[in-house]
Amino acid sequence: MVSKRLIWFAVLVLGVCLSGARTVHAQQPTPSDDEVNAIARQLFCPVCQNTPLDVCPTQACQQWRDLIRQMLADGKSADYIKQYFVVHYGARVLAEPPRTGFNWLIYIVPPAAFLLGLYLLFRAYQAWKRMPKESVGDAAGELPSAANDPYVARVEEELRKRR
Amino acid sequence: MTPASEPSTAPARRSIPLWIQILIWLGLIGLLAVLLLGILRSEHPILRVGSKVRDFTLSFYDGYGYQGAGQVHLADLRGKVILVNFWASWCQPCADEAADLETAWRAYQPGGRVVFLGVDYVDTEPEARAYLQKYTVSYPTGPDLGTLISQIFNRNLGVPETYVIDQQGVLRSIQIGPFASAADIQAVVDPLLAGK
Repeated sequence: MVSKRLIWFAVLVLGVCLSGARTVHAQQPTPSDDEVNAIARQLFCPVCQNTPLDVCPTQACQQWRDLIRQMLADGKSADYIKQYFVVHYGARVLAEPPRTGFNWLIYIVPPAAFLLGLYLLFRAYQAWKRMPKESVGDAAGELPSAANDPYVARVEEELRKRR
Repeated sequence: MTPASEPSTAPARRSIPLWIQILIWLGLIGLLAVLLLGILRSEHPILRVGSKVRDFTLSFYDGYGYQGAGQVHLADLRGKVILVNFWASWCQPCADEAADLETAWRAYQPGGRVVFLGVDYVDTEPEARAYLQKYTVSYPTGPDLGTLISQIFNRNLGVPETYVIDQQGVLRSIQIGPFASAADIQAVVDPLLAGK
């Protein structure tokens, strides 16, 4: 009698465990808005001009965010999702353009312009630093004194003659 | 001694080396040229009526192929009048003309001299399929993967847009926005079938 009850209990426990396991499998957590937007902000709306996907209010963008949510729920990685978007909608959807062809200008020109600006500033600073030093030198040491200035000497000579 | 002939006490001004100046100017001119080229390319339409349409490949959605094939090359359709319609499930004007396109397609399909190609522009497949079912679209339709097809026709593509290509592969008509009726579509296609 006891063993029969034990068997029934074991069957019951097994049944509960199996149904629980099934429930856990079916209820995979839905990705949150933050998780979806973390990927969406790395993409741009393929239709609107210069609008990141995470803030784009159109119906099309809502569909794309839903697609990202679905892919995340299916266990797809961020890189896979971005690649999917590139294949379907072109490389222009990427917030960070791929480093190919003319896109290199985006990565080269701004740092180059910055470095050039730094260099020009440095040159200007050097020139500015040199200028005052030399003019101070002129004022302090190289101005002719009254004693040996030929112009002053001539004025004094004239004055002496008139006395 | 005149002031002009007095020796100057100002320091000699050191200018930026010539090669750097040349490099800077070349860089600036190059950058401006690239920008100008980009603006010109984006402003001008790629295809005009009368131009030959570059070949492209359209892969179809399952169940929406052409003669059982999963994809078609434009060049393989030479000799037929081809109507290329860009649409999207999120586009209301596309929905407005969907029934007219289907009516026109059903009128031309038996003759086999006209092919309609629906090109789904930046869309998601589940919504696209729901749209195709809702409007009972039966002509060959597929996604514009990588927007490669729309870039052949118009860089600033909006939807709907419809391009009609004649038997020689020359673009003969551009419709920006929806057709008002099936008769409007036939008014574009029929003259091409008549060899006009």
